[in-house]
Formats: sequence, structure tokens, C-alpha cells
Amino acid sequence: MNVFAHIGRVILALMHEIGRLCVFGVDAVTAFVRPPIYWPLVLKQMMRIGFFSLPVVGLTAFFTGGVLALQIYTGASRYGAEAFVPLVVLVGITRELGPVIAGLMVAGRVAAAIAAELGTMRVTEQIDALTTLATNPIKYLVAPRLLAAVVSMPILVAIADSVGIFGGYVAATQSLGFTGSIYLKNTMDAVTFQDVSSGLIKATAFGFIIALMGCYHGFHSKGGAQGVGAATTSAVVSASILILAANYILTNLLF
Amino acid sequence: MARTSNTAKVELRGVKKRFGAKVVLDGIDLKIEPGKSLVVIGGSGTGKSVMIKCVLGILRPNAGEIFVDGTDVARLRGRERDAILKKFGMLFQGAALFDSLPVWENVAFGLIQGRGVKRSKARDIAIEKLAKVGLGPEVAKLWPSELSGGMQKRVGLARAIAADPEIIFFDEPTTGLDPIMADVINNLIVDTVKDVGATTLSITHDMVSARKIADRIAMLYRGKIIWEGPTSEIDTCGNPYVDQFIHGRADGPIKMEVRS
Repeated sequence: MNVFAHIGRVILALMHEIGRLCVFGVDAVTAFVRPPIYWPLVLKQMMRIGFFSLPVVGLTAFFTGGVLALQIYTGASRYGAEAFVPLVVLVGITRELGPVIAGLMVAGRVAAAIAAELGTMRVTEQIDALTTLATNPIKYLVAPRLLAAVVSMPILVAIADSVGIFGGYVAATQSLGFTGSIYLKNTMDAVTFQDVSSGLIKATAFGFIIALMGCYHGFHSKGGAQGVGAATTSAVVSASILILAANYILTNLLF
Repeated sequence: MARTSNTAKVELRGVKKRFGAKVVLDGIDLKIEPGKSLVVIGGSGTGKSVMIKCVLGILRPNAGEIFVDGTDVARLRGRERDAILKKFGMLFQGAALFDSLPVWENVAFGLIQGRGVKRSKARDIAIEKLAKVGLGPEVAKLWPSELSGGMQKRVGLARAIAADPEIIFFDEPTTGLDPIMADVINNLIVDTVKDVGATTLSITHDMVSARKIADRIAMLYRGKIIWEGPTSEIDTCGNPYVDQFIHGRADGPIKMEVRS
């Protein structure tokens, strides 16, 4: 068994996959500048990707904000720095946890759903059927999902930010003895445009990653039920990893 | 753009397709005259579906030329390819109906999305096409998952003919249907094709169906066309491979390959 041949094969396969993904991504993005654009489908996908993710994103953001306040208090009180709780909750949620938690939750929910739906359409030949009906599957299936995710994610994260800070407020006032009005005033005094905007820029990138991974893996799924299952798993795993990697890169770039 | 002077509606010349090291099509030559019906027979996994997908442009052949109305379509892209695709209709093996759309929108899909027909008008056309395949207007509102296999095939047929295509492809039109429903579908294919005057290319391993819908039959074996001729001559062709296939014998020159 030649070790080098094995390594070579793995690298070639990886390059092949990256190349295919790039071609797919470019095809999908350029679909926006070549009509037709299916606007009703974009709206429908915004409902599915954005609106119906609200409960899960809101709940996770609420509890994350609450836990953040409790933990920060535990640490800060050792140095008598309890007054910084609102600030740290604000920065933590808007810059980091809001986009990342929302991104991961939406990746689990939406990337999986997209991959399963497109994967089933692939194995039942519905994607080929689109082609025979003079409809470009990339424009009809991929582009609307991509656009919807890119538009929905910042909105979702903006809501997650508010809910997360509210979660921190509830924890601080109910468990930690903060006065509500002072907590709010400290938060309002501390908030900067950069805190929020950097989180929303991340959210846009995460939305793109989620939809692209869901579509790509669904579109190229093989075989039957097993293939669709594998595509769904790959979509969620790759979207989650890419979100965390992109988060690191964007944090480096934005600060 | 390459052109030929002959009159064939669809012509394949030396079409080759392989996946990795596996050669699926090894130089296919086929011709279909306008308004005629060619049926390609062959065992499972002999590359019949791959051949159709090459003509449709879903797969790109590694070598060879595919002419539709004298235009080489194998390497077309963008708008020119879209224009060629508008000439095609296809009935898929599993019907491949869009399960997110009701029946009438499935039938009208190519009209609404591909050709920009108004929805209300497309709906009328869809109901008219459904009537042609023996389905009443009450079916139009149903969802594909509410239909039986035979009804799905009928809707698939209605969708294939909805835009009055010049060329229709049938992928295993009778597979998975009971003999009576298979015959109904065969009759519908013959009738609807006559109706729109289309040229058709079908692939099947159902000989009853092949005899019924074919003007000419070709047999695909190991990536090559090993026999091609009028339907009436298939029983007397003297080709041992064809003979084994049409009589469905396990013994003969064709050995079942356990591994492909």
C-alpha cells in the first residue's frame, strides 16, 4: 500500500469537491444577474427560512442571554465588577453569540431541510424534470433559497440580539438583584453601531453558507434514501464547521 | 455550430460517455426520422437512461455529436440550449412530478415557468391536456401524493405533452404498472403522439410496450447499438442477443453481470 498514492487520491478528491463547489456557488450567485428571477419563490423561502426559524432562534437566544448574565456575574463579582454585566452581555450577544447561535440553529434547521428536499428531488428525478421543462434548476431551486437566507439571517440575528439581551435583563433583574431601569440604561449607554453591525455582517455570511451547503449537498446527493440522509448530514456538518471557521476569520477582519 | 444536411430529427453519432473508468456508452449511432417512434430496448444498467440524458443535455457526452434538427446540441450552453430544450418533453420513469405543486401546476409548469404563459390560461391548457390522458378536471386540484402510480404516469404524460413538444422522450413508461394500466399508458402514448405529431424516443425493457409504440426498435448492449430495424422484423432478425432479450431467456449470449 503506497502511502503517497493514498494521500494523493485524498487531495485530488478534495480539490475536485472544492472545484465543484466553487462552480456551483458561482452559478448560483450569477443567477441573480441573469433573468428570470423567481420572486414569489424568494418570498416563500424567506417565510420558511426566516419566519419559521423565529421560535427556535428566539428561545435559544433568550436562554443564552440569561446564562451569559449569570456566568458573567459569577466571574465579575470576584473583582467587584458586577456593574459590567450589562456591557458584557451586550457585547457577547451582539458580536458573537447572537450570530453564532442563530447561525448554528438555522444550519440545523434549514440546511438540513434544504438538503433533504433537494436531495429527494434529485433522486426522484424532479431536478432533471425541471430541465426538461425549460427551467434552469439552479435559478429555480438554488438562487431563491440563497437570496432568502442572505436576507433573512441578518433580520433573524437582529431579533436574536434583542431577545438575548432581554434574556440577560430577565436573569439579572430576577436572580441577581439588578434594578431594571439601571440595567437598561447601562445597556443603552454601552451599545455601539459597530457591535451590532459586525454581528449582522457575520449573519449575512452565515446565511450564505447555510443555504449554499444545503443546496450543494442536496443537489449532488446520490442513490436513494441513504444518499439523501448522507446529504442532509453533510449539509449540517459542513455548514456548522464553515460557520465557526468564517466566524473566526470575520472576527479577525472586523475588529 | 455544426450542421448536417440530412433530414433526421434526432441523430447521435459516436456518442461516448463514461463515469470514471466505467464506460457506459461506447459509441452510439442512432437516427430518428421526423414523426417516427424509436424504442431502445436493453437490460437494466445498459446505459439507456444515460443516453437520453445526453440528448437532453443533462449529461455531457465525452465524445461524439448529437444533432437535433441538424444542430449539434451536445456542447450548447445558455440561451441556445434553452431554445433546444423547449422542443423537448419527457415522461420520467417515476413520473417525477413536483410534490410541492398541485397536479394542474405540474402539467402547466413548462408553460408558466419556461414560456411565460399567464397562469389562468395555463390552467385551462392543463385541464385540456389532463382530459387527453383521461383525467377529469377534479384531478387538477389534487396533489401528486394523492394519486396512484398509474395516475401519476398519466399526469407525467400530460406534463410532457403540455407545451406541444416536437420531440418526446419516454423513460420506462410502463415500469411498475399492472398489465392493464400499462396497456392504457401505451395507448395514450400512441394516441397523444399522433395527436401532436411528435418524434419520440423511448427506452424500455417491456417488449409488449416496445412492440406497441415503436416504428423502429434498437437494442443497446454493453454501450453499443447491436441491432436496429423496423418493429416487424425484430422476431426474424436472427441476432442471438436480440432473440434472447425479446424472449426473456436466462440462457444465451447475454450473461447477467453480478458486478458492473
